[in-house]
Amino acid sequence: MVLTTLQKKLLNDFQRNFPISATPFAEIAAKLNVTEDVVLQAFQELNDRNFISRIGAIIPPNQIGVSTLAAMAVPANELENIAAKVSNFNEVNHNYERENTLNLWFVVIANDAEHLNHVIAEIEQETSYNVRRFPLKKEFFIDLSFKMDFENA
Amino acid sequence: MLDMLNQKLLMQLSEGLPICSRPYLQIAENLKISEAEVIARLKQLNTNGIIKRFGVIVKHSTLGYRANAMCVWRIPENQIDDIAAHLLKFSFVTLCYQRPALPDWNYNLYCMIHGKDRNTVLNQLSELKKMCGLQAFEHEILFSRKCFKQRGAIYQK
Repeated sequence: MVLTTLQKKLLNDFQRNFPISATPFAEIAAKLNVTEDVVLQAFQELNDRNFISRIGAIIPPNQIGVSTLAAMAVPANELENIAAKVSNFNEVNHNYERENTLNLWFVVIANDAEHLNHVIAEIEQETSYNVRRFPLKKEFFIDLSFKMDFENA
Repeated sequence: MLDMLNQKLLMQLSEGLPICSRPYLQIAENLKISEAEVIARLKQLNTNGIIKRFGVIVKHSTLGYRANAMCVWRIPENQIDDIAAHLLKFSFVTLCYQRPALPDWNYNLYCMIHGKDRNTVLNQLSELKKMCGLQAFEHEILFSRKCFKQRGAIYQK
């Protein structure tokens, strides 16, 4: 992993308050004393190399639509297959294997409760495993901004 | 509730802001509204807290933070708020949620730790336990193994 000083800055310093103006990348460039093209190129490379998921908005759960964390207990030899079926749903994001008997964890998001129930019923039907639901009761923190310690990375 | 246009706007944005000189113009063209309206609406969503954070969303795993553990705790209801507040003082705790306990999954407090490797996370965890007085509570640590899907929410119509 070789990152330029500029890329490290872009990764750490623009996780929040990304400019919302006609030319946001030019605004960042001006702050960092480089040209807009250099900033665009650096972001494009971070994106192509999969160092960033996207430039976008973090929206707390249930602000728009309804969502739930969900989990299934799937036998190891079926995991890939079942996980692919689950990932196939557009309403599913963040589908992870975790070390537990409940080994497949994912988030389902839908525009209303009825739609959510429907999607979960469909997942159960397609996979023939039970889906356990762990909906959010209270959020203590959702600031995913994360200072990277590049010296030791 | 958000109006239709704001929902569409956030949906567009969930695919990521285009990396080009006038990204909001590109979104505006997709939505058939003006660039100025996109900017005004996003600013408003940002100030009124619908958008919690607007910016670069990093991929921890490719940046060398390979270990990610979901820690689930069984905490008495009346202590949850205090313990959560304490957990959040540690910078490696990136998320903290209360969720309902189930009969055979009796955990009601969830927190996420991101670290460079498994040992780092385990050390951070024992620090948490000591500093927040968590030794007495039942818990499980679920390290992530494989990521099958990770992307912004896409809202279905």
